[in-house]
Amino acid sequence: MSNRLLEIENLTTSFRIGDGYYAAVDNVSLTVNRNEVLGIVGESGSGKSALAFSIMRLHNRAKIEGKINLEDTDLVKASTNELNKLRGDSLSMIFQDPLTALNPLMEIGAQIGETLVLHRPQMSKKQRYDRVIELLNLVGIPRPEHVYQQYPHELSGGMRQRVVIAIAIANKPQLLIADEPTTALDVTIQAQILDLIHKLKEEMDAGIILITHDLGVVAEMADRVAVMYAGEIVEVAEVHTLFENPLHPYTRSLLNSVPTEGQDKLHVIQGIVPSLKNLPRTGCRFAARIPWIDESAHEENPVLHEVSPGHYVRCTCHSKFYFPEEGKEGEANGAS
Amino acid sequence: MALLEVRDLKVHFPIKGGILNRTVGHIKAVDGVNFSIEQGKTYGLVGESGSGKSTTGKAIIGLEQITEGQVIFNGEDITSIKNKTKDIRKDIQMIFQDPYSSLNPRKRVLDIIAEPLRNYEKLTKNEEKQRVYELLELVGLTPESIWKFPHQFSGGQRQRIGVARAIALKPKLIIADEPVSALDVSVQAQVLNFMQDIQKELGLTYLFISHDLGVVKHMCDEIAIMYRGRYVEQGTKDDIFENPQHIYTKRLIAAIPDVNPRNRDKHYVFRQEVKKEYEQAYDEYFDAEGLAFGLKDISDTHRVALPERG
Repeated sequence: MSNRLLEIENLTTSFRIGDGYYAAVDNVSLTVNRNEVLGIVGESGSGKSALAFSIMRLHNRAKIEGKINLEDTDLVKASTNELNKLRGDSLSMIFQDPLTALNPLMEIGAQIGETLVLHRPQMSKKQRYDRVIELLNLVGIPRPEHVYQQYPHELSGGMRQRVVIAIAIANKPQLLIADEPTTALDVTIQAQILDLIHKLKEEMDAGIILITHDLGVVAEMADRVAVMYAGEIVEVAEVHTLFENPLHPYTRSLLNSVPTEGQDKLHVIQGIVPSLKNLPRTGCRFAARIPWIDESAHEENPVLHEVSPGHYVRCTCHSKFYFPEEGKEGEANGAS
Repeated sequence: MALLEVRDLKVHFPIKGGILNRTVGHIKAVDGVNFSIEQGKTYGLVGESGSGKSTTGKAIIGLEQITEGQVIFNGEDITSIKNKTKDIRKDIQMIFQDPYSSLNPRKRVLDIIAEPLRNYEKLTKNEEKQRVYELLELVGLTPESIWKFPHQFSGGQRQRIGVARAIALKPKLIIADEPVSALDVSVQAQVLNFMQDIQKELGLTYLFISHDLGVVKHMCDEIAIMYRGRYVEQGTKDDIFENPQHIYTKRLIAAIPDVNPRNRDKHYVFRQEVKKEYEQAYDEYFDAEGLAFGLKDISDTHRVALPERG
């Protein structure tokens, strides 16, 4: 078990709306091992970014309950001082939008160096410069000595994202959280960035949480996948299992709505993702979006069931689930 | 006869510089693009950011000034702004990328959808409302929506309001500029299905602009790949996906993530090979300025920008 890096137990993150607190991340338990990419998938509003921000403790006014153990430190109980020591060092994050994640008034070299100044104060100026050049090389930026003195606006989107990655990995983090790292980028650059993250994982023996709504990216990158819906984890499985034998209706619906070979009509999930305030707090949260499934199929208080080793599914409704367009006879096929 | 024909379209933006702020050069956003779309078909325009695909769409509808070339719609030359009088604009409509910024937040749905109707048709208040109800029904929104504001809708619903506005005047051609890029996959599926349905129902023709090859493959009959203002390859869906000829097209296709995790390693190796080939053959496939060569016929439908001697 020494391989275990992060252990999240019953994490609930709530935000205040009006006079009440509403949970955006609801009772989530997860683990991340070393040298593993855990993919977290879900639509906007499913709570995946709220989960990432909770691990980083970047929420200002949220109420966080539960445990987030990074090795021996409980991040929920950690003080701001302790957190500042961890963040950017053994725990770091690649943000989604490289346009807003960088300081427009600071040279690239200084921005990357900043995290070294904070966490490696013993480094000399020369050592720091060398390390920054090394990092720029590592993320594949051409002419690093030149880029060192440039400002963010002089770089393209893909180059900026590489700078953001360079900052995140400057201190060889043990846990790297990548929140939609390629969403703002073109496909060819996306492919390069993904290959880069892949290479880094192996070189640093780090654990990576990859948050994305792109199922293709997950299929390419993740070792294990957690699917989130309305603040809850609805399915966790090893990546091959998830794509070959998806069980939860939400997972299956998502996979069916991606355009693939020989598909005439895309599957559409009925209804909309409920807003935080209107979330159903009891019963199967996905029930409202699959109204053709009999109510008795759902559990009263759905929990995660381990259907095969390492494959967890919430609620029992998956065994009765079928797509309306394939009719009831699809039931048997779907479950096999 | 093709519904839309674009001949040697060029859109150049001047670069101003020097103390007198004179024009010192041009950015060739669109540099000699030719294509035609048949009635009822979907034509896909693919490229990375900065390739000039959106500029092409905007130039056709008249939102961008055309430097050179011709745009012929339904047999009529609509190249100059003057000729894009009201009647033509009525027949060409646009769906925008971002459903959050393309709807006026201070207008109710009724006013948003009725705006094109008010511009072109003289309807009484009741007739107008009736038409808006019909349009809302067509795009699958409830009649009560008519009094709501854009912020009361989800992304997919907003995009459908944008579509309702675009089809209000029963246009012949719709230019859809990244219509689903800002949406989640399930909502994306909803909008794509819906666009296909109304295409059949109303006999619409689409110019579908996107950077997402998966979506383009799903939607389009014919596809063109753009790079730095020029076409690198043009053909039917099968030409492009089954038999790509240009190294840039190959690279774009290799970069699409594979949804089957079993193929991951194979796909990775393949991608690296294509990348290597791309780097090695770059000088062969692009001229000294890094631009694509002129298009050459490979088959009746397939045209590729291959070097002169090739």
